[in-house]
Amino acid sequence: METVIAIAIGVLFGSGLWLVLRPRTFQVITGLLLMSYAVNLFIFIMGRLWVNAPPLTLGEGVPDPNTFADPLPQALVLTAIVIGFATTALFLVVMIGARGLTGTDHVDGEEGDE
Amino acid sequence: MSPSSWLHHLILVPVLLPLLCGALLIPVNETRHRFKYAVNLFSVLGLLATAVALIWLADNGAWDAGIGVYLAANWAAPFGIALMVDRLAALMLLLTAVLAFAALLYSTQRWSRIGVHFHSLFQFLLMGINGAFLTHDLFNLFVFFEVMLAASYGLLLHGYNATRIRAGLQYITINLAASLFFLIGVALIYASAGTLNMADLAARMPAIAGTDLVLLKAGVAILALAFLVKSAMWPLGFWLPTTYSAASPPVAAMLVLMTKVGAYAILRLWLLVFSDGAGEAAGFGYQALLWAGMVTIVFGAAGMMASEELGRLAGYGAIVSSGTLLAVVGYGQPSLVTAGLYYLLGSTMAMAAFMLLIELIERIRSPGAALLALTMEAFAIEETPDEPVGVGIPGALAFLGLAFAGCALIIAGLPPLSGFVAKFGLFHALLNPLGGDAAVHSSAWFMMGVILFAGFAAVLAMMRFGVRTFWASGAVMPPRLQATEVLPVALLLVLCVSLTVGAGPMFGYLERASTDLHSTPRYVDGVLSAPVVPGVVGTEDAR
Repeated sequence: METVIAIAIGVLFGSGLWLVLRPRTFQVITGLLLMSYAVNLFIFIMGRLWVNAPPLTLGEGVPDPNTFADPLPQALVLTAIVIGFATTALFLVVMIGARGLTGTDHVDGEEGDE
Repeated sequence: MSPSSWLHHLILVPVLLPLLCGALLIPVNETRHRFKYAVNLFSVLGLLATAVALIWLADNGAWDAGIGVYLAANWAAPFGIALMVDRLAALMLLLTAVLAFAALLYSTQRWSRIGVHFHSLFQFLLMGINGAFLTHDLFNLFVFFEVMLAASYGLLLHGYNATRIRAGLQYITINLAASLFFLIGVALIYASAGTLNMADLAARMPAIAGTDLVLLKAGVAILALAFLVKSAMWPLGFWLPTTYSAASPPVAAMLVLMTKVGAYAILRLWLLVFSDGAGEAAGFGYQALLWAGMVTIVFGAAGMMASEELGRLAGYGAIVSSGTLLAVVGYGQPSLVTAGLYYLLGSTMAMAAFMLLIELIERIRSPGAALLALTMEAFAIEETPDEPVGVGIPGALAFLGLAFAGCALIIAGLPPLSGFVAKFGLFHALLNPLGGDAAVHSSAWFMMGVILFAGFAAVLAMMRFGVRTFWASGAVMPPRLQATEVLPVALLLVLCVSLTVGAGPMFGYLERASTDLHSTPRYVDGVLSAPVVPGVVGTEDAR
């Protein structure tokens, strides 16, 4: 399962990276989105992959940490998702503004010599 | 000082005050400009007072070992988020507040009114910067970085025009990508060390070995990439000159500080995690920082000489200054860090003053004059000086000329201002490794050469602009300057002068700060043994 996840993250990040380097703003934002998905998944599995392990909840006695999924990456990834979502939304606004002001969706604000 | 003392809550003020003031200002209508300005000013003055108080507390033994730890929500470190203030953090808070005060004063007349929500964004930017200086938790650092960046995106676009939006688009893309690297780095560090508290990480370093150590090194290197993008290390800093020259002057002055936040994070993290006590990983990455820093200086110096407009010149000047700081950190010698911190203070204030000054100078230059100046040099067009000699310069021009000369002296590091003292301090530390009996390392000679070259380039570039603008521009109309525009520039320069005059006590303070920074066990003990506040709730659990 580790291999599958690793390849999935790699493919996501790789496609994102390629798209970020493209000249159109829409491609850039799609690329950033894909990269942030990859990174979120990456953070999530940094607590190692667990199968059938319950989440850490309050209960009687002291829980044995070896039988529970690591809760910290889950908290981290939640924060990262929220922040990533907000900044991407902000980027979208700027992108639309750039399209309106410069009249082109090229990242440099002008068409290159193609 | 016990953590239940009221004074202890001062540590939280630099984060809380701007947050509350910024939030308060959002629903207020834009027409109530005076009120918004007053709240903003109140907050900045509050931050100034807090920073002074924190410096006093840190330097006068209010806390054990000069390290004040604030445990958020009363969770013991390393389980909760710890805010930590020491001499360096308190000093950086003061620098932030001073720059904010100058930038805010400058924006009174014009810049705060050309768009909406300037004051809220300004407050959030301060919150992010202050938080980044105070936090002792890597993920919390990410959050404060994002707060700072989100506010800076808004401020950069403030006064929306095509140039700003074009620069803003690229600035945002680069920083979003850098934030992703930040997250990857943090995740790798957590995966290998199992902690994100910096002091806890430092304490666990000696025990980490094998594949975990490889992962950790990779994690910290990727994390550093995010900081280095902020501090514009070559080759990660190509965004900086465009962004700085596009931003409105008060915002550009604050952006100067943001490059220093990156350098500060590098300094803090490296001295804590890869100190001598870190076992196998001790000394990791220092060489890379040193050489990359020096390349950055050369790149910035070359850029300064090639710049055709003042805004870009200032941007490259900021690159030189952060390159110097990175090289200083990478050299890994406590006395050099002391001088580097002094350099940081002077150069940041001078750069910020210069950013504010540029717009005032541009008023007396006709558009395209800068380009013309370069062309004239390239084709060696002789100008006959036909100006009358001995006529008194009008007040505004005299101020601009003096202020420009002051900034140029500090940025180029010429006597008698603080830039020279800083450079002297750096060279002194480089030539006297570990008390003077050890041989001077060859990289020290190299670094001195690079710094001298950068100073020479700065002199050339600044002099070219100065001569063209103030002496050789023919009949200039003295521009109309407002008191609120002159004052902040004057204030920053006067502070630089007093930094020069008070270099002795300042160096004393910075030396103590640098000694603190280099004694990792002190942070480990200070943060990890910070007592929680005994209270009604949780006392039974705390057995």
